[in-house]
Amino acid sequence: MTVRTYGTLLPGLTEESLSGKLIVIEGADGSGRTTEVALLREWLEVEGHAVVDTGLRRSTLVAEEIDRAKQGHTLGATTMALLYAVDFADQLENKIVPALAAGSTVLADRYIYTLMARAVVRGASREWARRLYGFALRPDLVIFLEARPEILLHRAISKYGSLDYWESGMDLSLSRDLFESFFAYQDRLSKEFAWVGAEYGFHLVDANRRPEQVHDDVRALVAPLYGSPAARGVRRSALTPPRTRAASG
Amino acid sequence: MQSETPSPTHGFPGRLFVFEGLDGSGKSTQAALLGKWLQSQGYRVFFTEWNSSELTSATIRRGKKKNLLTPTTFSLLHATDFADRFERKILPPLRAGYVVVCDRYAYTAFVRDAARGCDPAWVRNIYSFAPRPDRVFYFRVPVAVTLKRKIASRLKINYYEAGMDLGLSDDLHDSYERFQGRLKQEYDRISRSDAFTVIDSGRSVETIQAELRGHVRPILENFPTAEGLMHDS
Repeated sequence: MTVRTYGTLLPGLTEESLSGKLIVIEGADGSGRTTEVALLREWLEVEGHAVVDTGLRRSTLVAEEIDRAKQGHTLGATTMALLYAVDFADQLENKIVPALAAGSTVLADRYIYTLMARAVVRGASREWARRLYGFALRPDLVIFLEARPEILLHRAISKYGSLDYWESGMDLSLSRDLFESFFAYQDRLSKEFAWVGAEYGFHLVDANRRPEQVHDDVRALVAPLYGSPAARGVRRSALTPPRTRAASG
Repeated sequence: MQSETPSPTHGFPGRLFVFEGLDGSGKSTQAALLGKWLQSQGYRVFFTEWNSSELTSATIRRGKKKNLLTPTTFSLLHATDFADRFERKILPPLRAGYVVVCDRYAYTAFVRDAARGCDPAWVRNIYSFAPRPDRVFYFRVPVAVTLKRKIASRLKINYYEAGMDLGLSDDLHDSYERFQGRLKQEYDRISRSDAFTVIDSGRSVETIQAELRGHVRPILENFPTAEGLMHDS
């Protein structure tokens, strides 16, 4: 992929192209993201592509802090949004960019779009969120799994037996009732995703179906990225991150 | 009848005074003295310093110790820390009508992140939730003086404070001087655009404190003291 961001370039990112591909799967909890990522990974590996997957809250730097903060429910909305941004930036620099430089396909189970939508629903301005994530790499493809709230609810209950506090947006005080809050929150989120999707060019996939049917559509979107073998240009470039120098003194 | 008029700059009933400058510029001493004086004058005062939030300080410490941070994560982690401090410590007293004295504010990040190569417009946007203070005092000091103070007080210079992550020099003192020089340049540059009140810190503590009180008095004219608030309704 050509190195293109949504605004700011990461300090230290000097290459003009990364030979790997960045594919993002977005969608609410219960939209079948995890299943689709696993199916896609399997298929890509069988096709001979090296795949690295990534998702939110997986950085070594702050994942624990986020978990702890979520337990306590005490952080302000801006603080929480920024804590997620740290997590994302850490993974982008330490996992996504190196994997792409090595020619791997990076499958991202959620990306900046979820983080932006969540922040905006919690009161941040769209402009603030958009510029905050200006350093993010533009993916080669963003697939949004669209599922009706009733389907999301059904999957959450069948999987966990209950609704999650955060996925129901209980921190927004929309309703004291978990179910009511869930529907109100998902409604707001999907409105926000509609805006983000139009802005960032999502490819929508109807996820109100069985996983194999969804996977067929996902595959049809992904296949062209790997087109002819000739198109798989392997341009190597050096990474010079301005860090990890040993301290002297 | 006396009432709490909102500040012309941020619109909250409280007042916000910010102290900025290099480490060793004497700003913390002066901020503490000013806070004490304001209290003695009967104002409700809230004092806060950077890096006092509990949330991310452990992470920042861990990240710094292992040199895990890049300019971007360094910037975002400090922004998170500031946001927590702002939402928890600065905003509530400001809304409640206190005089809030801040030892370092968003400007510290503007200067530090710019020196590390982050895009200044990107950084400004991140901190756009932090309102403009009623007054920013910038303690201007030559870098050589701060280094001398640092050595005299036997304080250890740490890796990031010396900007060692930027590879300016392999020598800690040399790197410190160069990095602090960049910070100073950046402070000097924004001191005009952000209308700082520049304080020449090469004078006695008493002289500087007297000057500060002179700057603050007119801003607090008609601003209610704690006593005034109780009896005024």
